[in-house]
Amino acid sequence: MKQSVTSMAMAFVAAVALLLTPMQSSAAEENFVFGLLMVGPSNDHGWSQAHFEAGKEIEKHIPGSKMIYIDKVNPADRPGITIPFLVEDLVSKGAKLIIGNSNDMTDGIREAAMLHPDIKFIHISGDDALNPESPDNLSNLMGKMEFGQMMAGFAAAMTTKTGKIGYLGPLINDETKRLAASCYLGAHYAWTNVLKKDASALTFKVSWIGFWFNIPGVTSDPTQVAKNFFDSGADVVISGIDTTEALIVADQKKKEGADVTAIPYDYQGACSTGPDACLGVPYFNWFKGYAHFINNTINNTWEKEWLWLGPNWADMNNTMTSTISFQNGKAMNSETQTQLAAFAKGLGDGSISLFSGPLNFQDKSVFLKKGETATDMQIWNLPQLLEGMEGASK
Amino acid sequence: MKRLSLDILLGSLLVFGFTALVLLIAGAPVLASFKNIWLGAFASTSKISQVLSVWVPLMLCSCGLIYTFRANLWNIGIEGQVTMGAIGAMAALRIPGIEHPALILTLAFFASFLGGGLWGLLAGGLKTRGGVHEIFGGLGLNFVAQGFILWLIFGPWKRPGIASMSGTELLPRDLWLSTFPGWRVATAGVIIAVAVLILTWLFLEKSRMGIKLKAIGQNPKAALLYATSPERYYLQSIIIAGGCAGLAGFLQVTAVYHRLIPSISSGYGYLALLLVMLSGYRIILIPFLALFFASLNVGAIQLPIVLQLDSALSGVIQGCCVLSALLILGLRQKRKQS
Repeated sequence: MKQSVTSMAMAFVAAVALLLTPMQSSAAEENFVFGLLMVGPSNDHGWSQAHFEAGKEIEKHIPGSKMIYIDKVNPADRPGITIPFLVEDLVSKGAKLIIGNSNDMTDGIREAAMLHPDIKFIHISGDDALNPESPDNLSNLMGKMEFGQMMAGFAAAMTTKTGKIGYLGPLINDETKRLAASCYLGAHYAWTNVLKKDASALTFKVSWIGFWFNIPGVTSDPTQVAKNFFDSGADVVISGIDTTEALIVADQKKKEGADVTAIPYDYQGACSTGPDACLGVPYFNWFKGYAHFINNTINNTWEKEWLWLGPNWADMNNTMTSTISFQNGKAMNSETQTQLAAFAKGLGDGSISLFSGPLNFQDKSVFLKKGETATDMQIWNLPQLLEGMEGASK
Repeated sequence: MKRLSLDILLGSLLVFGFTALVLLIAGAPVLASFKNIWLGAFASTSKISQVLSVWVPLMLCSCGLIYTFRANLWNIGIEGQVTMGAIGAMAALRIPGIEHPALILTLAFFASFLGGGLWGLLAGGLKTRGGVHEIFGGLGLNFVAQGFILWLIFGPWKRPGIASMSGTELLPRDLWLSTFPGWRVATAGVIIAVAVLILTWLFLEKSRMGIKLKAIGQNPKAALLYATSPERYYLQSIIIAGGCAGLAGFLQVTAVYHRLIPSISSGYGYLALLLVMLSGYRIILIPFLALFFASLNVGAIQLPIVLQLDSALSGVIQGCCVLSALLILGLRQKRKQS
């Protein structure tokens, strides 16, 4: 009896010890562990999924690399959980490099980078690295989606029959203003230079929902905003948010017989949520940027960088080499496809430059005089929308 | 005491049984999930700090709710009271011209108590003067508070050039509440939570006012014995509850997020409602249950990181806990009746 009690007690102690063993072994066995913090769900068919899949590609192509990740990193989905806390957790699991994939993580990533000088950080899409006083272990990465959005705007203007294009915007900041402006410039170019129509007959309306995706009770509902666009006469809606509500609404309307289309954003496979209504999708391939920083960390050649990567114009849909791509959708007609290819060629060889003067801001003040071309920094820090666009700039 | 221990034992068994069932249905490894939640909450000082930073606002909201439950009021408006406390704190922190951080923080502390308390008073006033049940009044005021904070963040208090639900601009470093060396939880937060707990216990269990409140809560006609009206006690209790919730809002702003965000209450008000029900309205159990819920909240982050499970499962587990408690309370009441 005494023996069995002793064995039971020993088994209990062993079970408790097993239960409390720190869990770092599996991650530590890998050669290089990197952590990914995603603002939205990893299967959002948009921004976060594009990052998640790039991380998976890194695991395939960089031997010994292993991704640990957490999605839905935002205060609404994870109340009370902060970025520095999550970073500490990932570091305790062996992460040597952390990627934060949202502009909204700026403060948290900066704080975490200061707390962990030995860990490398990539923040998408801030510009801390441009500040000489920012930590040396914090770099920024972004793609020149302006080109993708110009193509989206171009395709939208070539397709619209009502001359009304809606832009479903997330929140208002420099990034979203320049992307909406790029869309408008692409649309304006197609409308006036290709279709030879009067600029005043093109309506380009921006509506901001307040965040990168729908948060019930907090943001405007993107489904309702997309419906409003269509109900008020727009027949093409371009999405600038991380999820695909605009395309889903367009697809429903199309099934009901309406002649409408939409352009989702961010992720190569986004059209699959409504292929018949999908005009195409500008998307990011994060592999190239990730690989650059991860290889530099592994090879001890890390430098603080602000990396703004453009398309590989020679092979734009090569997901390994082109950070920015554009996939044509089923709803794009062959005429538009041909014109879009010519437009992309012009953007690639520099014969078409849309951020060139004369261009005015929305408040009619001069942005670029005739003959002037915007610098990268002027585009990056675009202070307001452009003349001809409807919607809030502040 | 024996019955309490039996309830806790039975409750724990039910909680683990329910939770294991949910995990099995979700296709998750049960033991590994429990282990990861535990380690995720207590494996390092950073994790314990995080648990404590959730524990503090939960404690404050729960202590506040004990007052209103004593008066037999369902203070659903606690969420809005946290939000209004946070807004009150932020309003004080934005006052220009005050140079001493300690002075601004002190102002913010009282402004948060005032913000939450007044919001509570509004719900109480709706009940006593307008005849609106406190559940409906509170719910309505939660929506109003949410709308108000969104308006501030997207409007007058937005960051320069940015209107985003990520919130207002970060507070200057000297307005962040300081932490224990090596820890990441605000020292002041823990002290405030413990102090409010002790004061609540003294007030409700040891003071004449507390006894009166209990009597009136159980039978409003008892107010006649004390030559007063039950309304006065309703209002007093809901102001104190709102004030405590407001302090939680103050700490969310100055110790956790260091800015105002739309979901500043983090749902702690609603969670505290469940927690207080789970405690059977016993003050003594509140710190432990708050610790349990806080550790579950923090530890459950490991489910997606380590096991690739959806962390929403922690919400399901919390739901299981409350269901278990309600089941035990229900069974006990049935036993009494029979």
